[in-house]
Amino acid sequence: MRQLKAFVKKEFLHVFRDTRTMLILFGMPVAQIILFGFAISTEVRNIDLAVVVPQSSEVTRRLTEKFDASEYFTVRKILRSTDGIERYFRDGSISMAVAFTPGFADEMLSPEGAGIQLITDGSNTNTARTAAGYATAVIKDALSEGTAAEAAGIQTDVRMLFNPQMRSSYNFVPGVMGLIIILICAMMTSIAIVREKETGTMEVLLVSPMRPQIIILSKMMPYMALSIVNYLTILLLSVTLLDIPLSGNFWSLTLLSLIYIVVSLALGLMISTRTRTQLAAMLGSGMVLMIPVVFLSGLLFPVESMPGFFRVLSGAVPARWYIEGVKKLMIEGLPAGMVAKEFAILSGMAVFLLAVSIKNFKLRLQ
Amino acid sequence: MAEVSVRNVRLSYGKIQALKDVSLEVEEGSLFGIIGPDGAGKTSLFRIMTTLIVPDSGSAQVCGYDTVKDMMEIRRLVGYMPGHFSLYQDLTVEENLSLFASVFNTTVQENYSLVEDIYRQIEPFRKRRAGKLSGGMKQKLALCCAMIHRPRVLFLDEPTTGVDPVSRKEFWQMLSRLRAQGMTIIVSTPYMDEASLCDTVSLMKDGRFFKTDSPGAITEKFGKHLFEIKAGVSTVKALDGLAAIDGVQACYPFGDRLHIVSSSLSLAELSERAASAGYDISTLAECTPTVEDCFMDFDNNDYE
Repeated sequence: MRQLKAFVKKEFLHVFRDTRTMLILFGMPVAQIILFGFAISTEVRNIDLAVVVPQSSEVTRRLTEKFDASEYFTVRKILRSTDGIERYFRDGSISMAVAFTPGFADEMLSPEGAGIQLITDGSNTNTARTAAGYATAVIKDALSEGTAAEAAGIQTDVRMLFNPQMRSSYNFVPGVMGLIIILICAMMTSIAIVREKETGTMEVLLVSPMRPQIIILSKMMPYMALSIVNYLTILLLSVTLLDIPLSGNFWSLTLLSLIYIVVSLALGLMISTRTRTQLAAMLGSGMVLMIPVVFLSGLLFPVESMPGFFRVLSGAVPARWYIEGVKKLMIEGLPAGMVAKEFAILSGMAVFLLAVSIKNFKLRLQ
Repeated sequence: MAEVSVRNVRLSYGKIQALKDVSLEVEEGSLFGIIGPDGAGKTSLFRIMTTLIVPDSGSAQVCGYDTVKDMMEIRRLVGYMPGHFSLYQDLTVEENLSLFASVFNTTVQENYSLVEDIYRQIEPFRKRRAGKLSGGMKQKLALCCAMIHRPRVLFLDEPTTGVDPVSRKEFWQMLSRLRAQGMTIIVSTPYMDEASLCDTVSLMKDGRFFKTDSPGAITEKFGKHLFEIKAGVSTVKALDGLAAIDGVQACYPFGDRLHIVSSSLSLAELSERAASAGYDISTLAECTPTVEDCFMDFDNNDYE
């Protein structure tokens, strides 16, 4: 016990005395939440728009106003014809154009109907498609208010469950939690252990009655504490700053996060048993953790749309299960019972990884 | 039974043979020195004795335990100070010492008397981080940490490398005091002048011991005439010139002088030949060999 207490104290001293790393560790979650919450988002806003009106009428005026009033569009130019419109796309002054046909107002009342052409910048397919969708919605919305012409057509009514405003932060917060916890726990633990090898202190520790379990356990403590603080910070920021409701049970979410923290610590440990230098440990955790977490966990690309091989591979990424669990518990507000699968898989991973890394912990220098 | 014994140990790293059939016996309560230049294999040998490396062949026993089978027993009984500074640089002097006491399940208070002599010298800096200490201070702290648990055998790998001459002298005085208390100490050093302070020394080169004896016996068995001469300004030229004299086996710099080895020439004969070769022989004199001379002599000839 005395060994463990002294060693845990030492590990905390290491962390607290390294102010630069401390700042990064505590600053990173805050910065990421703010970045993902506000700056980086998949929502499309402030689209610079040109409206092509060959012949002005009551309807075209009303539509133009509607576009300008929408938070998604800003009308930059009113043009007479589409001739030479590429020029404006090229110089970047507009990224979308809405072109009415010359006799738009009259055609609207004819049986063939009227046409509106949407011209978008196809070089960014995602933005173009989203912008076109928004524009269609604006036009439909404006026309249904005025005349009964649309009433005959089929109206689709889309309801977004759990995230009615389609805010991308609902998707990113669980992802950021998954990413930050694994980065701090795995990377920092592996670096902390390898640092002892590199500076030679491990050599002294090995020639002592210290059991490897105690060295490992005490190494994990400070990073576990740090991760819990970070987890709470992220949660607090999400609820207060990003207005994401904590729909589910706080304690189930915390338990899931604790299990995930242990998995990440064990991963860090495993990396440390395979590397000799701090640099290698950092690259190792970067390669082994960052890439799968970002690409295979469902953080950026949905798991369901991955090709078979990658879908199987993503099953081995702990972050995938954690992110799914957090989404269910936090956003969808499901009871803990519905997350039993995620709990079971993460617990299994924790036990397996811990066992492997304690077994692989080298008792000699060879 | 010897406190530490090593039998026919061999070790290679890939194609490089670090240790080629090394054997040694260290009596309980003695101060044993392993003397050799960098790359001789000293650190590898220490790591085998401290259970950190398993030799390719051969075996080693410490306090009656086998370094491979009874690893954990040995780790409880010995103290080890590696060649490079291996304490926590971001912890203070005090924190390092109490940490290592806890690692060995003891406290600083319990064994303070043991380290008191040394620790008193670094105590004024006890709140300073270990990384900010001077070289000598670091080594003293490392020694304190290595023996805070009253080990039966103390392994010190080049404890005085990079330490100023005054601190080196102090360090060796401490080792003598520890030995007086009955501790067995094995110490390695590249400094030949420290050899005379050990009970027994082994001269080591290229992964082999080529002489193990008391320092007195080693110098007694030198068996050749040794002369010294002040070289003046052109040391390098004199070195070649004197070595070329008929009957001279070797000539090498030794501090501010040159040492000349010859098995056949007397002082008078050498004086005559050196004078006729145009050297100022006013400082030429016969001198007693040191361990370094013996080392140089072995170095110039084959292993025994």
